[in-house]
Amino acid sequence: MASPAPRFPWTDPNAAPLIRFEGVSKRFGDFVAVERVDLAIHRGEFFSLLGASGCGKTTLLRMLAGFETPSDGKIFIDGIDMTAIPPYERPVNMMFQSYALFPHMTVAGNIAFGLKQNSLPKPVIADKVKAVLDMVQMGKFADRKPHQLSGGQRQRVALARCLVKEPKVLLLDEPLAALDKKLREQTQLELVNIQDRIGITFVMVTHDQGEAMTMSSRIGVMNAGVIQQVGTPVEIYEYPGSRFVADFIGAANMFEGTVTVDLPDHVTTTCPELEHDLTIAHGDPVTVGTPVTVMVRPEKMAISRDKPAEGLNWAKGSIADIAYLGDVSTYHVLLASGRKVQVLQTNLRHTNEQPLTWEDEVHLGWHPANALVLTR
Amino acid sequence: MSGRLGRFLVGLPAYAWLVAFFLIPFLIILKISLSEPAAGIPPYLPLWSHDEVENLRFHLAFGNYLSLFGDELYAFAYFNSIRIAGIATLGCLLIGYPAAYAIARSPAAWRQSLLLLVALPFWTSFLIRVYAWIGILKPEGLLNALLLWLGVISEPLQILQTDLAVIIGMTYSYLPFMVLPLYATLEKMDLSLLEAAADLGCRPFRAFLAVTLPLSMPGIVAGSLLVFIPAVGEYVIPDLLGGPDTLMIGKVLWAEFFDNRDWPVASAVAVAMLVLLVAPIMIIQNARAKAEGRKR
Repeated sequence: MASPAPRFPWTDPNAAPLIRFEGVSKRFGDFVAVERVDLAIHRGEFFSLLGASGCGKTTLLRMLAGFETPSDGKIFIDGIDMTAIPPYERPVNMMFQSYALFPHMTVAGNIAFGLKQNSLPKPVIADKVKAVLDMVQMGKFADRKPHQLSGGQRQRVALARCLVKEPKVLLLDEPLAALDKKLREQTQLELVNIQDRIGITFVMVTHDQGEAMTMSSRIGVMNAGVIQQVGTPVEIYEYPGSRFVADFIGAANMFEGTVTVDLPDHVTTTCPELEHDLTIAHGDPVTVGTPVTVMVRPEKMAISRDKPAEGLNWAKGSIADIAYLGDVSTYHVLLASGRKVQVLQTNLRHTNEQPLTWEDEVHLGWHPANALVLTR
Repeated sequence: MSGRLGRFLVGLPAYAWLVAFFLIPFLIILKISLSEPAAGIPPYLPLWSHDEVENLRFHLAFGNYLSLFGDELYAFAYFNSIRIAGIATLGCLLIGYPAAYAIARSPAAWRQSLLLLVALPFWTSFLIRVYAWIGILKPEGLLNALLLWLGVISEPLQILQTDLAVIIGMTYSYLPFMVLPLYATLEKMDLSLLEAAADLGCRPFRAFLAVTLPLSMPGIVAGSLLVFIPAVGEYVIPDLLGGPDTLMIGKVLWAEFFDNRDWPVASAVAVAMLVLLVAPIMIIQNARAKAEGRKR
């Protein structure tokens, strides 16, 4: 028995990736859908391609499946160049956004379809179909037609139809987009569990960052055909590599400024919108005089009526808006410069003695380690 | 209530049309088919009469139907009609399916123009187009000239005035009726199903057999019925392109009606044809509907 896949295979420089994109571009006429993508995905990963619609993520997935041919570059799966290999000979299976179940076949017929192409003996096919149906808890529905199933059930059949082929890579195109919120959240964890159990590499396309954050080992954030950043959910959220990623993933307060002091453990920047300078402990390497963006996540700021302790960055303003969500509240604080800042606070106590309310004068404070300098 | 009334009103013209131009003529034909033939105008006796004591008397003559069994000519004509129409339907399917497929899979901007080309022959009279085939198929016609020139044959083939000419004429004339319903089903097919098939390891031709063909079955059935039913009763094409041996029920009908002036037997032929054609189709459709209903 092979040893279990390492937890973070991408950190091992000697590990051979399962999937490799080498300078892959795809153009449709004048439109560049994917531009010079280099990407390595490792065995056992749950990799998500995250981006807004039209960013090229689906095109990238379809090139992996073989439905589109790269205009430039090469794709390798398990070291084999896929350029000349048609979809029906690739060791990948795709779960379609529409599920693409064959409407004229039963659930069992749909799942057996892929196995029949391999000319397996009938009893073997029947056993495999039964096993995979049990795995996705659809055993009772084997003789139903797709139109007799609910959306969630169809999703399970589509998944089972791919899994039964035991592909090297399972491709998922917005697999949960058609489900309602509750079912979606439940299915997210189920998919991760299944992936954990069977150890197949998953590559998922999604526009839902919550989904990507919950399910993925790593995320590739895409914009305008380019992969902006690849990293674990924590890396992407805490250390975004660019303004785009910082803004795209979660909420971010960004302040423009110019570097005035550059020391090994922190930098200081001017910040016209805040009336005083900022100290930041993380971020891109910079030199004095560089124009930069300082990014602070709303939940990393504290809001109070009192001035924060010495050594913290701070700002002063009045509450313009409160979005009360029950567990948390988002305060929109208007600074003297006219700039609005978002602050997120957990509602720890049942009732606050003196809750903050509209027009209140408040101070915002954040530690230098909780801000990030971005140059791109 | 108003919904039902609304539906009724919307359907009214269609119902009225069918009653006026199908049901009533059919009842007239049915009535004539049960009458005794006679020399006169009209050439049949009334179906009922009042005698001196005002008793209503019916004169049903089932003999017209029995005579259909008595003469082999009728059975042969029915069989031959179904055979020729069947082959023509198959021909339409073999030519029409690839055509419909190609149109449905062509770039969206082209599809309307290509469909227009399919319907284009309708701008010319049906009769003229069938006459044109005489020019193509006759011994000194275009087809024979071409085959002779190519050296495929050494003397002209007798195609005109054979069953083959009728089949060619029918296939040509009814092709659009096959292409249009097939196009409609193929065009709305979800192409991601074919990608799914390929993704699951299925080669394109097998995917066609396993996915496209079964899913286009409604179009195949609709197209085949639209071709087969009028082709069975076709009169003009066998009359112009067929020979004296090309016995089809439409020609028999004509002969009984106009040559023999035996309206009752002609009517019996027509009624029998209707029953023979419509009954099996209704039974099949009914069975299909029931099977669908059970599955649901």
